[in-house]
Amino acid sequence: MTALTIPAGMPQYDDKPRFDVERVRADFPILGREVNGHPLVYLDSGNTSQKPRQVIDAVARYYAEHNANVARSVHTLGTESTEAYEGARAKVAAFIGAPSVDEVVFTKNATEALNLVAHAFGPHAQDPRFRLGPGDEIVISEMEHHSNIVPWQLLCERTGATLRWFGLTESGRLDETNLDELVNERTKIVSIVHMSNVLGTVNATARITARVREVGALLMLDCSQSVPHLPMDVVDYDADFIAFTGHKMLGPTGIGVLWGRLELLNTMPPFLGGGSMIETVKMTGSTFAPAPARFEAGTPPIAQAVGLGAAIDYLNAVGMDAVAWHDKELTAYALDALDTVPGLRIYGPKVPVGRGATISFTLDGIHPHDVGQVLDSLGVQVRVGHHCAKPICDRFAVPALTRASFYLYTTTDEVDALVRGLDQVRKVFA
Amino acid sequence: MQLDQLYQEIILDHYKRPQGRGLREPFAADVHHVNPTCGDEITLRVALDGETISDISYDGQGCSISQASASVLYELCNGRTVDGALTVHAAFVELMGGKGQIEPDEEVLGDAVAFAGVAKYPARVKCALLSWMALKDAVAQAVALEKEEV
Ligand SMILES: Cc1ncc(COP(=O)(O)O)c(C=O)c1O
Repeated sequence: MTALTIPAGMPQYDDKPRFDVERVRADFPILGREVNGHPLVYLDSGNTSQKPRQVIDAVARYYAEHNANVARSVHTLGTESTEAYEGARAKVAAFIGAPSVDEVVFTKNATEALNLVAHAFGPHAQDPRFRLGPGDEIVISEMEHHSNIVPWQLLCERTGATLRWFGLTESGRLDETNLDELVNERTKIVSIVHMSNVLGTVNATARITARVREVGALLMLDCSQSVPHLPMDVVDYDADFIAFTGHKMLGPTGIGVLWGRLELLNTMPPFLGGGSMIETVKMTGSTFAPAPARFEAGTPPIAQAVGLGAAIDYLNAVGMDAVAWHDKELTAYALDALDTVPGLRIYGPKVPVGRGATISFTLDGIHPHDVGQVLDSLGVQVRVGHHCAKPICDRFAVPALTRASFYLYTTTDEVDALVRGLDQVRKVFA
Repeated sequence: MQLDQLYQEIILDHYKRPQGRGLREPFAADVHHVNPTCGDEITLRVALDGETISDISYDGQGCSISQASASVLYELCNGRTVDGALTVHAAFVELMGGKGQIEPDEEVLGDAVAFAGVAKYPARVKCALLSWMALKDAVAQAVALEKEEV
């Protein structure tokens, strides 16, 4: 390593929060395996993250020692599993700085959380903030995941409201030049991604939030990619709703989170009807429990919530500041390394500022499917295709992209393996 | 290396030098098929002369497997009778569904035997089949139109 002297009074190297990546890697059993005769190089964490032993064990221990249904029994096991489930909720609330535990609604994934909020809008909503019809507008952006596009399109079809969106700049950032016109008195909700799963862009939300408040609209952030990678404080961000998903943050699949301001959640209609979400049920009609139970009909994903709680413990022990700094250093390294590959073009910010550890690119004349296939033969797992964000591909006029996405267990050696693999790809298709 | 089974020389040759590519007139049917998981697309046209497929023309974008497959399809099916082409189609679909366990018949499949290795890569089978599904669709439409006109 080069001995770099940083002038006194400036932040020193050791001031940065750090952790031992090799020790972290040792916690992830899957990272020890081989793929096609090569050590696994997992560069698809933006799709789903790998799971540490601590999470795998927490789920197994829950089933082995505490399993029972929640919130319906007086017996010991029922009490233990209810405590485990509600304990996970409390961990989530603390992790994102939620003022109240009741603001954390467990869903199946981020997609369900986004649909749940979209479902609350309609012509007959009790609360005028959710009343939606012809002439009203909803604002998203061109860099959304399909799960933050389609629910709003369906809502607009149902109600006659109009869907509008932020465009993107050439460098893959939100184009805010028409902010004041786009977000206006007719806008009911602005729902945008916090960190893009394709471009890696981390959106600065302050100006948008200020405008949303000015016109009295609501603000939802899709934090599926940001909560796993960046410290999050919902009060700081002044959002009304955020959605994220457990499997991208070391947790199990089958568990997601909707966070919403309690006052809003309690005016929203239920999403699914069934057990556990009611206050009382008569044959002539029912009344509903307050949040979060109102939105958790049926037996919830209990073990998955417990697993998510263990994942949050793990991330807290490493420290989210340290995770974010690791991402930043790795991204800086990878952007430079990929820049040396002939014919490679990066889509999204090319500087490690205002972006996360997800890099999408094309290789001149070689289809991403072929890139991914050759990389796989070398053990390197990347995602190829349109990444559930087809409008981004349309915006940049590419049929598909190759994406490498990193996490706290990713090393610079793995970035090197990617770059070597890309040389091999170019040889096969030369 | 395992990869050689997938990217056989024949496939790479067809990818780099596609046969019959480009959209031509006249045509009896024109179809557009996409592979929604990866964004591969093909537009394919067929022209009929009685029972014979007198031209298959196509254009699209996609990976080497999907593009090479379209080129092989052109070589095998262009100028055949409708029944002849559908026989090749059936053999190719069977090969792709065989998980690498089917011994392809070179008499029927010609260069398409090179795709036997693709059948072992479930994620790529759809790429190989894209143009063949488009062909079946286009031929069915063209034949139906011809019947209407008679
Ligand atoms: C930005 C973004 N939003 C939403 C989702 C949807 O997450 P899930 O499939 O877990 O609902 C994803 C996951 O791919 C994502 O990256």
